[in-house]
Amino acid sequence: MSDFSMFSAPHPAVTTPARPGQVALRGLLFSLLALFALFYLLPLFVMVTTSLKSLEEIRSGSLVSLPREVTFEAWRTAWSGACTGIQCEGLRPYFWNSVLLAVPAVLISTFLGAANGYIIAQWHFRGANLIFSAMLFGCFIPFQVVLLPMARMLGWMGLAGTIPGLIFAHVIYGIGFTTLFFRNFYVTIPGDLVKAAKVDGAGFFRIFWSIFLPLSLPIIVVTVIWQFTQIWNDFLFGVSFSQAGTQPVTVALNNIVNSTTGVKEYNVDMAAAIIAGLPTLLVYVVAGKYFIRGLTAGSVKG
Amino acid sequence: MVPILNIRNLNKNFGAVEILKEVNVSIDPGDFLVLVGPSGCGKSTLLNCIAGLEPISGGSINIGGRDMTRVSPKDRDIAMVFQSYALYPTMTVAKNITFGMKVRGVDAATQARKLAKVAEQLQIEPLLDRRPGQLSGGQRQRVAMGRALVRDPKLFLFDEPLSNLDAKLRVSMRSEIKKLHQNLGATMVYVTHDQIEAMTLATKIVVMKDGVVQQIGTPAEIYNHPANLFVADFMGSPAMNLIPARTERRGDGIQIEITRPEGAPIILQSPLTQDLPEQVILGLRPEDIIEAGARQGAAVQDAQCRIDLVEPAGADTYVVSELGGKQVTARLPAETKAEPGAMLDLAFDLAKVSFFAPDSGERLN
Repeated sequence: MSDFSMFSAPHPAVTTPARPGQVALRGLLFSLLALFALFYLLPLFVMVTTSLKSLEEIRSGSLVSLPREVTFEAWRTAWSGACTGIQCEGLRPYFWNSVLLAVPAVLISTFLGAANGYIIAQWHFRGANLIFSAMLFGCFIPFQVVLLPMARMLGWMGLAGTIPGLIFAHVIYGIGFTTLFFRNFYVTIPGDLVKAAKVDGAGFFRIFWSIFLPLSLPIIVVTVIWQFTQIWNDFLFGVSFSQAGTQPVTVALNNIVNSTTGVKEYNVDMAAAIIAGLPTLLVYVVAGKYFIRGLTAGSVKG
Repeated sequence: MVPILNIRNLNKNFGAVEILKEVNVSIDPGDFLVLVGPSGCGKSTLLNCIAGLEPISGGSINIGGRDMTRVSPKDRDIAMVFQSYALYPTMTVAKNITFGMKVRGVDAATQARKLAKVAEQLQIEPLLDRRPGQLSGGQRQRVAMGRALVRDPKLFLFDEPLSNLDAKLRVSMRSEIKKLHQNLGATMVYVTHDQIEAMTLATKIVVMKDGVVQQIGTPAEIYNHPANLFVADFMGSPAMNLIPARTERRGDGIQIEITRPEGAPIILQSPLTQDLPEQVILGLRPEDIIEAGARQGAAVQDAQCRIDLVEPAGADTYVVSELGGKQVTARLPAETKAEPGAMLDLAFDLAKVSFFAPDSGERLN
């Protein structure tokens, strides 16, 4: 997507005509890139076309052929009629579960990461590095390791099987990453800025609100995309810490695909998978250019 | 007069490292104090201690008669200008200047009035709606000054405010700061590593090295009577000539003997009556070694020297000769006939001479 901006953009200063060797090389390069792009897009193509076909057509036609007759029936079923076990309400309730789960979890973990990063980067206190190292360590702990302790803890807190419980789990798990992002962004902000604000009379929170947060748009976007993708796509926490009625969309998708009996409705499965994946795709399309910009953002001038 | 800033026995450590050792400085209202020294001498740390941005490890700092040890920066009645300007990047110039007042809860009308006054004073009215990123270095510098001026504090603190500007702008901003000091009658503490800035701006200079104050005095005192070899060498450009010499009591004066690479040593007679050790370092500014006959006086003595190098500098010509094993610079008029390799009569004005002990580096006269 916007990754291309990093590589392409032919050099404007080059005016001498390219030699035939160079042209051939460039041609080869672009064909290779196109080939890889096709390779990447192929599954999506199959998913979209399959979801628009009727079941008969899927059975009779080829996997990669275009639909002879476009029908949105499968989409409708996936959204509001497919059966997940005994209930047949489609993905819709679970989709909203995921929204109710992901939005607060993303906002809370991003905000906590910003506050942590601000403290660790700009308010040097004894043990700051130790705490930061411990948080970094947290980034590398696999989900599976924390399943049991987290389950016990949620039970003890009375949040087992609830959406707030899932939010809690994701916030805790996300703080390591969000702190890392914000800390690395805030260390590039000159310390004189904090000193100037202190002399101006601003306190800890004032400096955070009035000076650091307004500077943070690029890194907020990066963190939001990262966290949203992680949390929306999560299956393991979702399946472990939820119960009927609070399951996120990923768990519901699994149930639709795996719990149907009789004829396998590939078109419904494909539509459901696309629906489940759409929000993260959307977030990336909308904010993607800030993502690259934020990841490569250097020090703040001025 | 009650000193407006009084620093007593100040110590500052970072862990086991002593950054400032037993610093004692006091200034009166209206003074322009310049802290000068090479990088790492502790001058910026001292300024940060005055501002309250660094906690002190021992001693005391008084501002306006109040002990500041436990007082936070915002309650010290100070304003500070930083080397990096430290303007808030997301705020307009106007917001940058009024941020402090806003934090303090000053009403909007007063804010606007003070902003207008400062903007006029610094001629930054057209910039008020811009962001720092859209300003040039000199403009940012003005805005940073504006942010300090609007406070009308007891004490202005400047941390190398001109070192990010190009040479020309630096000189003009230097005069502006001096003018500002004269017009406001404000008290300022200014950190720099540039000894010319120190000389031109200060009413009082503190020369520092390795966290220790070397000398405190007016620019003239520092320049004419450096307290030790470090100050003598650091202040002034070109630097003071520091020539190893031998002294001997002769009648009611002192005879000074300086070796030369060839020929007999130079013998000079100093009217100084004080006893000196046999081996000394003789300090003479380039402008006190001149063409023979250019200056009259009992203490002016001629000696023939071989000229190794001639450096025209426009207004003056500097010539270099080897004396006592050191390159010695003399300041001659621009139209001098001095030629490299030729012999030339130079006059040494011993009325201005400083003597230093070679081992301790302390001043002897």
